[in-house]
Amino acid sequence: MSALVHWLLAEAPTSARQAQAGRLFRGAALLIGNPLAVVGIVIVATLVMVALLAPWLATHDPLAQDLGQRLLPPSAAHWLGTDQLGRDIYSRVVHGARLTLIIVLLVAAVVGPVGLLVGIVAGYFGGWVERVLMRVTDVFLAFPRLILALALAASLGPGIESVVIAICLTAWAPYARVARAETLTIRSSDYIIAIRLQGAPAIRVLAIHIAPQCVTSMIIRLTLDMAGVILIAAGMGFLGVGAQPPAPEWGAMVATGRDFLIDHWWVATVPGAAIFIVSLGFNFLGDGLRDALDPRHG
Amino acid sequence: MDAIEAQAGQRGRSVGFRRLLEPLAAAAVTLFGLLLITFVIGRVIPIDPVMAIVGERASQEVYERVRAELRLDEPILEQFVLYLGDALRGDFGTSVLTGNPVLQDVWRFFPATVELATVAILIGALLGVPAGVIGAVMRGRWPDHLLRFVSLAGYSVPLFWLGLVGLLIFYLRLDWVGGPGRIDLAYQYTIEPRTRLMLLDTLLAGDAAAFASAVSHLVLPAGILGFYSMAYIARMARSLMLEQLSQEYITTARVKGLSEARIIWRHAFPNMMVPILTVIALTYAFLLEGAILVEAVFAWPGIGLYIVNSVLSADMAAVLGATIVIGTCFVGLNMLSDLLYAVVDPRTRPS
Repeated sequence: MSALVHWLLAEAPTSARQAQAGRLFRGAALLIGNPLAVVGIVIVATLVMVALLAPWLATHDPLAQDLGQRLLPPSAAHWLGTDQLGRDIYSRVVHGARLTLIIVLLVAAVVGPVGLLVGIVAGYFGGWVERVLMRVTDVFLAFPRLILALALAASLGPGIESVVIAICLTAWAPYARVARAETLTIRSSDYIIAIRLQGAPAIRVLAIHIAPQCVTSMIIRLTLDMAGVILIAAGMGFLGVGAQPPAPEWGAMVATGRDFLIDHWWVATVPGAAIFIVSLGFNFLGDGLRDALDPRHG
Repeated sequence: MDAIEAQAGQRGRSVGFRRLLEPLAAAAVTLFGLLLITFVIGRVIPIDPVMAIVGERASQEVYERVRAELRLDEPILEQFVLYLGDALRGDFGTSVLTGNPVLQDVWRFFPATVELATVAILIGALLGVPAGVIGAVMRGRWPDHLLRFVSLAGYSVPLFWLGLVGLLIFYLRLDWVGGPGRIDLAYQYTIEPRTRLMLLDTLLAGDAAAFASAVSHLVLPAGILGFYSMAYIARMARSLMLEQLSQEYITTARVKGLSEARIIWRHAFPNMMVPILTVIALTYAFLLEGAILVEAVFAWPGIGLYIVNSVLSADMAAVLGATIVIGTCFVGLNMLSDLLYAVVDPRTRPS
C-alpha cells in the first residue's frame, strides 16, 4: 500500500502513465478532503443508482391512478403521499430520476464534444477560421438560454426531445470558448511544434495531443453546468413545455401540485426538493472538482 | 521625436476608439445572429407555419391567403431580408392571443418585469458585494464557508419551487405578504398607470395604502430573485477581492501600518469597482430571464408571463417578438459592460 502511494506521489515520475496516475491520485485526495465535494459525490451517485434501480426501488406503479387514494399525506403505505390522481409520489419521484439522468446525459454527450471540437479547431488553425467560429460562439453566448429554449419548444412542440435540443443548442458555446483559450496556450509549446515538424497531420495533433489536454476543464464545466441543465429542464417542465403528463418529470409534478398547495403541500414541494438536492449535488461536486483539478482557481 | 510621439498619440487614440467600436460591432453581429435564429425558429422549423396559424380545417382559399401574408411564396433569402426590415422597424407582427401588435404588448408588460428585476438586483448587489468582500477577507474561516454554501444553494434552487414554498409559508400560512399579482385587487383599477411601475404609480397617486400593498406583493418575488442574484454577485465579489488582496500594493499598505479596514475599503475596493459593476450588469440581464419562472409562479403580469402564455397557445409572433426584445436587452447589457471596462477602467486604456 505505502509502496503504491509512494509510487503515485513520486517527485519525478518515470513514465507518462505514472505522472497521470499521480495527478489523478492527488486530485482525488483533494476531492475527498473537501466535505462539500463528498456530499456532491454521494448525491450524484445516489441519483445514478436510483435511476438505474427505479423499478425495484419504487413501491407503486408511477402511472397507476387510484382515485380513492387521492391527495393522501405521507404515511407508511405512501411514503411521500399521493397526488391528485392517487398516484404514489415517492414512486413518481424515483422514476423521475430516470428522466432527469437521461436529459443530463444526452446534453452532456452533445455539448461537451461539440464545444470542444469548435474550440480546438478555432484555436489551432487561427486566422479566419477562428474569427468565424468565435463570432458564432459569441452570438450563442449572448443569448438568453431559457427564453430561446422556450421559443424552440414552442416551435418544435412540447416534449422531452425539445427540451434536450433547446438546451444543447444554447449550451455548447462556453465550452468552445474555454477549449479555444486552452488550445492557444498549448499550440505554440515546443512539443506540439516538434510533432508538427515530424509531419503529423493536423487531425492527429488535434485528436491525440490537444483535445486530451482540454478534457479536464471540459469535465469541470460539464459538472457545474449539469445543475443549470436540470434547472432549465425542470423549469420547462413546470411551465408545461417540457415533459408531458403523465410522465413523472419533477418540474411538471411541481406544476400539478400548485393547485393543491394550501391543504396538500407535499404534492408540489417533494418533487421540487428532489430537483434542489440533485442540482445542489452537481454544484458541490463541480465546485470541488474545480478546486482539486484546476490550480488556477482557489 | 515629435513625429514618433505624434504617431504614438494617434495610435493611442485610434486604439481607444477601436475599444469603443468593437463592442458596438460585436453587439450588431450578435443582434443579426439573434434575428437569424428567431427567423429559423419561426419560419423554417415548424413543418408548416401556415397550418400552425389557420388550423387543419381551413379552406384552401384561407390557406393560400395566409401563405401569401406570411410571404412564404418568396425565396427563403428574400423572406429573411424582409423579416430583417420588419424587425428593424419594430414590426414583429400581431399577437394572436391579445390581438395587439407584439411591440405594443411588450411595452405594456415590460415595465412590470423591469420593476421586479430592478428591486431584485438592488437586493442582490447590496447584500452580495459586502458578503463577497467579507468572504474574501475571512478566507477559509466559517463566514467564508457559509458564504460558499449559501451561494451554491442559490445557484441550485429551482426558482419556481422556491416561489411556491415562499407563497405557502409567507402568504398562505403566515399571511405576512401579499399573494400573486402586483397589488391587491381593491387597488387594481384605481391606480392610474402613469409609469407602469407600480411602486412609482402608487406614490404618484399619493395613496399610502396602495403603496404598502404594492410593496407587500413585490417583496417575495423580488426577494427570491434577489437571493438568486446575490449568490452570483457574492461569489464574483469574493474572487475579485481575493485577486486584489494578493497584489503587491496591498502588502505595501500593510507594511505602512494602515488599518485593515482602510486597506480593504479605501485601497482594494475601488480597484474592484469596475469589474463588479460589470458583473452586476450581466446579472441584471440574467434576472430579466430568471424572472420568467418567478412571474409564472406569482402571476406577475410581466414579459415572462407574456412569453409563457404565448408559448402555451403557440402564438409564435408574440414568442419571437418578446424573445428578440429580451435578447436585445441582453446584448445591450453585455455591450454596456464591455464599454464600461473600456471607458472607466484607466488600466485598460492605452497610456
